Amino acid sequence: MSAFFTKSMARNIFYGGTLFTLLLFLALTFHTTWRLPERDHRENLTAEVVRGKHLWETRNCIGCHTLLGEGAYFAPELGNVYPRRGAEFIKIWIKYRPREGVPGRRSMPQFDFTDQQLDDIVAFLKWTSEINTEKWPPNIKG
Amino acid sequence: MQLQYKSQAVAKPYFIAAIGLFVGQILFGLILGLQYVVGDLLFPAIPFNIARMVHTNLLIVWLLFGFMGAAYYLVPEEAETELHSPLLAHLMFWIFLVAGALTIVGYLMVPYASLADMTGNNILATMGREFLEQPLLTKIGIVVVALAFLYNIGMTILKGRKTALSLILLTGLVGLAVLFLFAFYNPANLVKDKYFWWWVVHLWVEGVWELIMAAILGFVLLKITGVDREVIEKWLYVIITMALVTGIIGTGHHYYWIGAPGYWQWWGGIFSAMEPLPFFAMTVFCFNMVNRRRREHPNKAATLWALGTGVMAFLGAGVWGFLHTLAPVNYYTHGTQITAAHGHLAFFGAYVMVVLTIISYAMPMLRGREANPERAQVLEMWAFWLMTVSMVFITLFLTGAGILQVWLQRVIPDPQEFMVVQDQLALFYWLRWIAGAVFSTGLVVYLYSFFAKDKPQTAEVGAAQPAAS
Ligand code: HEM
Ligand code: HEM
Ligand SMILES: [Fe+2]
Repeated sequence: MSAFFTKSMARNIFYGGTLFTLLLFLALTFHTTWRLPERDHRENLTAEVVRGKHLWETRNCIGCHTLLGEGAYFAPELGNVYPRRGAEFIKIWIKYRPREGVPGRRSMPQFDFTDQQLDDIVAFLKWTSEINTEKWPPNIKG
Repeated sequence: MQLQYKSQAVAKPYFIAAIGLFVGQILFGLILGLQYVVGDLLFPAIPFNIARMVHTNLLIVWLLFGFMGAAYYLVPEEAETELHSPLLAHLMFWIFLVAGALTIVGYLMVPYASLADMTGNNILATMGREFLEQPLLTKIGIVVVALAFLYNIGMTILKGRKTALSLILLTGLVGLAVLFLFAFYNPANLVKDKYFWWWVVHLWVEGVWELIMAAILGFVLLKITGVDREVIEKWLYVIITMALVTGIIGTGHHYYWIGAPGYWQWWGGIFSAMEPLPFFAMTVFCFNMVNRRRREHPNKAATLWALGTGVMAFLGAGVWGFLHTLAPVNYYTHGTQITAAHGHLAFFGAYVMVVLTIISYAMPMLRGREANPERAQVLEMWAFWLMTVSMVFITLFLTGAGILQVWLQRVIPDPQEFMVVQDQLALFYWLRWIAGAVFSTGLVVYLYSFFAKDKPQTAEVGAAQPAAS
């Protein structure tokens, strides 16, 4: 780089450029936050859904599954599992996971959920499936 | 050969711990890779999610050890003064190591839900989110260690010479600590949770960590090549400007499908499409500096690592990142093996390699010599090639798997179930595992290189070298 372009010019561009994009990003974030309620339907965030999210986290489901495409890639996408399978299927699936796994197959743990907990996790997955995700995933298989 | 400032020696345990945890990370990577094809391996003792947590958390922790070691090594030299408090640095080392070890033991010995109950997750729920799985107590520990570390480094810079290089490093480290605070924000609303989760994950690797990386690379190149500081620091400013100007709004490439407004497909797409620029600039920077070198540094291995970082970071972050960053592509590739492929090459090429670069440069000094004996260097360079080439293969196999996965599951007219698709990818997963085994071999060679001895060095090599300036 030539002598016309000095270190202090480079430094000033760094400060200016960073500050500008940071403010722009904060403005976009502010606008997003303002628009979110109509997209996440937070009026449906019941106590069940909140408990469901807590179960989702404390069982570390994200360590195998993706949720809206984020997480691990070992097990199916669950952001749309509610429309894909329905409440009953999901509950029975979780309830009857064999404790010792399925021989030779990727296995999901037995979490010993109560019926209430099964309802909670389903409520969370249902709420999640209703988020406006710009039509992602491309199809119901996730 | 003596250290310029004897307090630089505190870097040594940090580097050793980093390498030790690196070994643990790779062991668990091998377990994960096998579980992909032998699904019930180690089940229910170590389910996949637990092994994955160990793999990724060890990665992050050892990189943090590496960054801290790097700072303790280079800040005194830059500031031309002893470290503010070597004692504090030692103390924090042990706190961090013990907290890290306890956390891993907790993951492996205690069911995750019980661990959450035992460690205060009911007071403030922060666990169970990817990469931020650590118990509340561990997270608090990280903050404490980070604060003490920043205080120590900050005081050292304050009382000494303030170079652009050390200020850039400090800015990156402060950013790292501040952004980590978002790990404590976990709203019940999943969309908000995800939105701000990326302020830790994305703004780390595609933001402030790039500052740390640039500073470390700049320091090593400065020492190895003897190129003028003004030139190097000017480059650093250009690189970090590009990094933050593209990377901050580039966060939007994670906001396409998680409930945020659709305009992020434009904002995120355009800005993140420019994110390869700083990585490209780093590549050019590395080669440029080495080509313009004013001295022949005897540490050939460190030079190789520095150049390798430049190239591989550009490939992993720049090329593999760009591949799937535009919304119309990401619509199909989001959350597939393509993501895993990119995650591996980017983390390895940028952050693993930059930490191994500073270790390669500093460790010989910390052990009382300017460079390692010839044979040790040859072995280290073998390790470089084994690890780097096998990581490229891991990436290629995962990319192959990912393309097939996208095709079968998301593109063809009659798309197939996730698990039906996974079964058809087994060949790719086996190949990935073999590449992982080669990677591990490279790691063993790397470890061995630290102990390799030589026939006595020829006298004139040591004598002909001017001291580092
Ligand atoms: C230095 C080398 C390595 C680095 C930096 C690294 C990094 C990572 C990262 C960042 C993730 C999270 C992936 C994501 O979210 O996209 C991950 C997951 C994983 N890694 Fe590695 N890894 C390394 C070596 C290995 C090796 C040698 C293997 C095994 C052969 C391996 C196997 C895996 C597997 C199977 C996953 C889980 C992917 C999933 O969630 O489905 N890794 N690794
Ligand atoms: C060294 C720098 C980088 C590192 C360490 C890195 C690492 C990662 C990791 C681990 C993920 C997976 C996150 C998850 O688990 O959900 C990811 C996702 C992603 N990265 Fe990077 N990345 C880097 C740079 C870049 C760059 C420069 C670009 C764009 C040009 C990029 C584009 C993306 C995209 C689009 C995704 C989302 C993938 C998806 O939709 O599933 N990354 N990155
Ligand atoms: Fe990103």
